[in-house]
Amino acid sequence: MSLRGKCAIAGLGQTRMGKNFDHPNAMGFAVEAVKLALDDAGLTRDDLDGLLVNPGITWSENQMASFSLQQALGLRNLRLSAMMNLGGATGAAMIMHAVQAIASGMANTVACVFADAPLRPPSPRKNGGGSAAAYGFARGLNAAYGLFGVNAQYAFVARRHMHLYGTTSDHLGAIAVAQRKWANMNPAAQFCDTPMTLDDYHESRWVVEPFHLYDCCLVSNGGLAVIVTSSDRAKDLKKPPVYILGMGQGHPGGDPMDTLVSGAPIAKETAFAMAGVELSDIQLAELYDCYTFTVLVTLEDYGFCPKGEGGPFVADGKTAPGGSLPVNTGGGQLSSFYMWGMTPVAEAVAQVRGEAGTRQVPRHDVCLVSGNGGILSTHSTLVLSTRI
Amino acid sequence: MSEQTSPATAISKPIPSITPDLAEFFAGARRGELMVQKCQGCGVLRFPAHETCANCLDGQAKWVPVSGRGTIYSFNIMHQVYHPGFAGEVPYAVVVVQLDEGVKFISNLVGIKPHDIRCGMPVEVIFEKVSEEITLPKFRPRAGN
Repeated sequence: MSLRGKCAIAGLGQTRMGKNFDHPNAMGFAVEAVKLALDDAGLTRDDLDGLLVNPGITWSENQMASFSLQQALGLRNLRLSAMMNLGGATGAAMIMHAVQAIASGMANTVACVFADAPLRPPSPRKNGGGSAAAYGFARGLNAAYGLFGVNAQYAFVARRHMHLYGTTSDHLGAIAVAQRKWANMNPAAQFCDTPMTLDDYHESRWVVEPFHLYDCCLVSNGGLAVIVTSSDRAKDLKKPPVYILGMGQGHPGGDPMDTLVSGAPIAKETAFAMAGVELSDIQLAELYDCYTFTVLVTLEDYGFCPKGEGGPFVADGKTAPGGSLPVNTGGGQLSSFYMWGMTPVAEAVAQVRGEAGTRQVPRHDVCLVSGNGGILSTHSTLVLSTRI
Repeated sequence: MSEQTSPATAISKPIPSITPDLAEFFAGARRGELMVQKCQGCGVLRFPAHETCANCLDGQAKWVPVSGRGTIYSFNIMHQVYHPGFAGEVPYAVVVVQLDEGVKFISNLVGIKPHDIRCGMPVEVIFEKVSEEITLPKFRPRAGN
C-alpha cells in the first residue's frame, strides 16, 4: 500500500521565536503552538486524537512528554501518543509516524510538536565565578584534552571535508550569506533586520575552527506544531492542504568522519520512490542546517551536485533569493530560529501554501524537506506538494 | 566594593578518573605504552573502550599496545572556554589521530602552533604525567612517513 498523498499537513502553529519569554518553560510554548496550529487548521482540541512530541534540550528530562503535554492541553481519549527523539531528524519523522497511524486507521488527526526554552530572561549578574563542582560535566578523556560540545565534534567532520575536497570558509560563508538574505524577508526570523555580507561572516568570531559564529545555528525559545490528517479531511479545512507525497529515513551508522555522507541517500531513495519524483522535480529545498556545513553535505547527498562539490555549488548564490535552487527560504536555523527539525517543516508549509510573503518563491509545487540529527547520524526526508 | 577574585581561575584542567573499563589503558600510559582494545573474536582494534565488538558482537577483549605512530586525521581549534582549566590556552587544537593500526584517538598535539597543524601530518605519541595516577597520551609531530 502506498502512502503517497494519503495525508496532508492541515495546520501550522508557530509561536514567537528567539529571546521570547512569553512562557517560563517548554511546556508553555508547546501548548501555545498546538493552539495556534488548531486555529490555523480550523480545528478544535476535540478533533485531535494523536499527539507526537519531540522535546527540546530543556524538556528532554521529561520521559513522558507527550502524556504531560496531553494533560496540559486537556486532551481526552487519544489513540496515539509518543515522545520521539532522533535529534534534528525528529520533526519530519513525527510527521511520518502520524501518516502511518492515520493511513492504518489508528488515528485521524495528529499534532506533531516541538518546543524548547533554553534562553532565560536577563538577570542581575551574580558575583564570583564558578566552583569546581560547577564543572562536574567535564569528565573523561575528551574533557582532559579540552574537547567539549557538539560544535567541536562537527568541526572535525567539516575539517575533513575541507581537507579531502578543498571546501573553504568562503564556501561555508556563501551558505550563511544566502540564508541571511532569505531571513531578511522573514518577519519571524531572529535576524530579519540584520543583513550580512561575506566580510561580516569572516569577521564574526570563531566558535571552533573551521566554524565561525555564523556557521552555527541560533538558540531559540519557542514552539512549533503541525496538524496532520487524511488528505480527504484536509481538503475540507481552512487552509490549502500541504500533501505529503513521499517520506523516508536513513541512519547510516559508523563514523561520519570516514564517509562524510549523511543518511540522505538512503532516506531519499524511499521518499522519492514513494512520491514518484526525481531530483529535477524539486523546486525548493528546506534542508536541516545546524551548521552551514550540514547544508553543504546535504546538497551533495541528495545529488544536487557530486560528492565534494558542495562548496563550488553554493558559491555563486544559486541557493539565495533569485537563484535557481531556493534553499532554506526562511533563513533556516542559521538565521531565523532553531526549532530543530520543525524549522524546515514550518518554512516548507508556508512556501507550499503560498503564504511566505515577500520571500515567496514562484515555483512551490514540490518541496524537499530534510531533517538531520546527531553528527550526520540520523536523517529524514519529506516531499511536500500543493497537489497529489 | 572590593575587587572580586574569581575562584574559577584556580581550577585546573579536568583530570579523568580511572574507571574500570579504562584501568588497563591508564596503566599502560603510566608505563609509556598506548593501549587499545583488541576483540578476541575477530581481532579488530577499538578505542574508546566498549563492552562488545561492533564488528562481530563478541564480548571478550584484551588490551594491547600499539605503535603510537599515526597521522592527523582531522582537528579543530577551540576558541570558547568551556572549562576554566583551558582559559589560558584558547585558541587550542584538539586533534583526531589515525594510528598506523587504524584506530582513531582524540588528543592534543604538542610542540606546534594550532594554525600550523594540517591533516595528514605524521605524529607520534608522548606521555604527559598530570597526577600520580594519571598520565595522558598526547602527540607531537614526527618527521616523514
